[in-house]
Amino acid sequence: MSPDLLKFIFGRLGFDSLPIHELILVGTFAVVALGGVTLLAGLTYFRLWGYLWREWFTTVDHKRIGIMYMILGIVMLLRGFADALMMRAQQAMAFGGSEGFLPAHHYDQVFTAHGVIMIFFVAMPLVTGLMNFVVPLQIGARDVSFPFLNNFSFWMTVGGAVLVMLSLFIGEFARTGWLAYPPLSNIGYSPDVGVDYYIWGLQVAGVGTTLSGINLICTIVKLRCPGMTMMRMPVFTWTSLCTNILIVASFPVLTVVLALLSLDRYVGTNFFTNDFGGSPMMYVNLIWIWGHPEVYILVLPAFGIFSEVTSTFSGKRLFGYTSMVYATVVITILSYLVWLHHFFTMGSGASVNSFFGITTMIISIPTGAKMFNWLFTMYRGRIRYELPMMWTIAFMLTFVLGGMTGVLLAVPPADFVLHNSLFLIAHFHNVIIGGVVFGAFAGINYWFPKAFGFRLDPFWGKCSFWFWVTGFYMAFMPLYVLGLMGVTRRLRVFDDPSLQIWFVIAAIGAGLVFLGILSMLMQFAVSFLKREQLKDVTGDPWDARTLEWATSSPPPDYNFAFTPVVHDNDAWWDMKKRGYQRPLTGFKPIHMPSSTGTGIILAGFATAMGFGLVWYMWWLAALSFIAMLAVGIGHTFNYHRDFDIPADDVIRTEDARTKLLAGAK
Amino acid sequence: MSRLKILALLPLAVALSGCNYIVLAPAGDIAAQQRDLVIISTVLMLLIVVPVMALTVLFAWRYRQSNSSARYEPDWDHSTKLELVIWSAPLLIIVCLGALTWMGTHLLDPYRTLGRIHADRAIDQSKAPLEVDVVALDWKWLFIYPDYGIATVNDLAAPVDRPINFRITASSVMNSFYIPALAGQIYAMPGMETKLHAVVNHAGTYKGFSANYSGAGFSGMHFSFQGLDDKGFDAWVAQAKSAGGSLGRTEYLQLEKPSENEPVRRWGTVDSDLYRLILNMCVETGKMCQSEMMAIDAKGGNGHEGLNNTLPLSYDKYARRGSAFGPEPSFIAGTCTPDAPQGQTTAAIKAPLDPAPLVGAGLKRPTFAPLKSSSFFLGQRPKSDS
Repeated sequence: MSPDLLKFIFGRLGFDSLPIHELILVGTFAVVALGGVTLLAGLTYFRLWGYLWREWFTTVDHKRIGIMYMILGIVMLLRGFADALMMRAQQAMAFGGSEGFLPAHHYDQVFTAHGVIMIFFVAMPLVTGLMNFVVPLQIGARDVSFPFLNNFSFWMTVGGAVLVMLSLFIGEFARTGWLAYPPLSNIGYSPDVGVDYYIWGLQVAGVGTTLSGINLICTIVKLRCPGMTMMRMPVFTWTSLCTNILIVASFPVLTVVLALLSLDRYVGTNFFTNDFGGSPMMYVNLIWIWGHPEVYILVLPAFGIFSEVTSTFSGKRLFGYTSMVYATVVITILSYLVWLHHFFTMGSGASVNSFFGITTMIISIPTGAKMFNWLFTMYRGRIRYELPMMWTIAFMLTFVLGGMTGVLLAVPPADFVLHNSLFLIAHFHNVIIGGVVFGAFAGINYWFPKAFGFRLDPFWGKCSFWFWVTGFYMAFMPLYVLGLMGVTRRLRVFDDPSLQIWFVIAAIGAGLVFLGILSMLMQFAVSFLKREQLKDVTGDPWDARTLEWATSSPPPDYNFAFTPVVHDNDAWWDMKKRGYQRPLTGFKPIHMPSSTGTGIILAGFATAMGFGLVWYMWWLAALSFIAMLAVGIGHTFNYHRDFDIPADDVIRTEDARTKLLAGAK
Repeated sequence: MSRLKILALLPLAVALSGCNYIVLAPAGDIAAQQRDLVIISTVLMLLIVVPVMALTVLFAWRYRQSNSSARYEPDWDHSTKLELVIWSAPLLIIVCLGALTWMGTHLLDPYRTLGRIHADRAIDQSKAPLEVDVVALDWKWLFIYPDYGIATVNDLAAPVDRPINFRITASSVMNSFYIPALAGQIYAMPGMETKLHAVVNHAGTYKGFSANYSGAGFSGMHFSFQGLDDKGFDAWVAQAKSAGGSLGRTEYLQLEKPSENEPVRRWGTVDSDLYRLILNMCVETGKMCQSEMMAIDAKGGNGHEGLNNTLPLSYDKYARRGSAFGPEPSFIAGTCTPDAPQGQTTAAIKAPLDPAPLVGAGLKRPTFAPLKSSSFFLGQRPKSDS
């Protein structure tokens, strides 16, 4: 074939794009390929494809989509954590003239991928998954406002993750750090496909995130059951509302700034170049105007989870509900006024720096108030130390430390000596692991019985808890120390041998966290095997307070046979107190949305388009784009969007539950 | 048992003894004041963090389910007094910290000239500060001493107790100039200049490096910073002088090419205009300096010719701008610059006959005249145009 034709078909993709000379990658590929083939063969052998397609891939049920988000987050956690282990190993080894085991070309991809994956494809799916699963149940709704959009959002997030994972085996990922600052990320200094994978991975996933934000805002605003005024919403729903407002207001900024960067890279504009009046600092400003709200997008739902958990396991109403809500709203607003604290050291004047430093500190006031509210919820309570509560206590002790170092970094002169140091790395892992990850684990342990009808095994859960907590402290406290010794981030080799011991301790800590992750996987497996022992038929295993515990576990497709009516903040607690009787007759057909494959098909084309754009396969990008339009337009002619669950089915489901409940007594 | 415990502590003791907490024990007054702020802020915050952590542990223990002697009030969820306390306690701390921040940020602004040499020593007005121009290159540091006419790579020195004025820029991507012992960091960015004022109080050799990831050779992008007594500094300058060699535009363009783990290099003489050219991205002959472009733009731009005259401005050059779509940059190489008053070439330079393009490519001017001073820039304009 002529080279021109080859170039037309494959763009810049060639045999030399495959990393066959990197042993680690070849090994990883072998393992992934083997695992993948086994999985596919297993699915085929057990004839699960049809089931998966009908019941999961095409579902518009918010509960199943939520569960799929969680699976995505946990799978990607394994990838992101493998990167973390490699970094820790590299930094623990590369002393005394040793180059470690990763060349710069590989190491720089590893730390970039670690950051991107952990934020976008671990923390975001875990948080979005929990919101998706819990919010409609908490507000007594049957589904989200736009069920099809929800399915589409999920698959777009998967599409982004697929692009990032593809970069592992076809081509390479960005070598720029997780925010890809230009000029380094511009075509002049990063001419290869890494940054393009970064851009299109995030753009595809970003569409999903934005749409899911819109969806959940509408759901919370419009679909609350009768009696649930704004000030009677559970705190988790409140924090979800604020998070989704943040998503809708900030993700478009990310989309635009990445679009401008791709214009620079693809058509030669000069938004962020050094020459022709481009301004790299504009990129830094814009990306942090998204980036700072992003950290609150992650942590606010975690705050909500801790509020639910504390109040449930203390057997007590949440202390200071109103101030909790206002604190959340204040944080939401303030999170837009602090972005410059990420680059005090770029030469802004003292007045600008102190303004942003002080606004940052002000955020610690509502956050502190929240902390006290949890504290006084425990006060004069009866605290049951189940796993979710253990994670909450670990969070409270860990997060105040991270918050303190955060406020310290908000003092500009202090930031001048600590910016970009390992102290900063320790700080944000302290708040993200101590806040978001612990929160997600508390949420998983708390709501798992609701999703599957059996609890998670406490033994392996406790193993996971202790490995994670001790591992976290061992991995990150040394980084605080190293930061005070003036060690900066993203270094690949070191020449000062006195630092090595700290990196070795940190690496051991990472190893402990690894055991924590393995224990968690073990916990899932063991719980599945022991599901009869751990079974919960009541639907309310924790003696909890909010509406999601009023229905069965797992909830029926329609969530509630009758829409509940709310008279109090802790609606389910109030119903239990007033001797609520579950209705046993009078069921009617229930109007529900139908499944559709459009979401996964659209997202598949979007991913193909991203791949085409990365490799300059213009025909693929164009065809995929046209296909997306066609499928999208075609879907508007789909008139089979809803159906009624016949009253008989509802009666059968509810009668089954009545029998179960009677058996439990 | 106790012996075992001591054994277990051994590695920790070894680790701690070998440490050099340079951020907490710096050698320069600015870094020392920054250290003080770190410590004061931490103590201020501990005032609230320690009670919170203690209360968490206390409540978690006291109100455990098995302790039936503790009070249980399931419906107690509000107390105005308590809420006032929990909002105002952090507020008070932040008020203090905010005041401290405002003062500290202004006093320790890296752009601010020094007010003192050390906590107990005022500035000696008779001594001129040491000027150092810093350029972050891929992946090494270039230091130019304009007063001494010398330049070095990866080797910085300054006399003890003499204020240093750094002017900082970069050639390609963002870096951050950081000597923990001396003062906080500041970014080094191409086409832009940042400043740092600092002083070193104790003689010694300290580490300096880039604190912002800048590509493959980033790990090796460090240098040594020596604080020397006056005699030692003179000897250091003499050493550079005696190294001979001259750093001019050609040598710089050679030096600027990416290289990793560069050894120390010295030049006895240096082109006195070099730093200005680097900052304005016009070391390469034929490039128009940013400052000139801005001056032209301030006067209304170069009209139609300016639109296409892009070659003298293109800068990001290592991989060339390999954009997939869009035209190759077109250019007219014939605009004159102060460096080449006759233009680079062939095309005869035509002064625009009609000044209209200078102010917007021949668009009708608005009927009102908001700026009287426009005639100052453009000369008298014909009446028909308005």
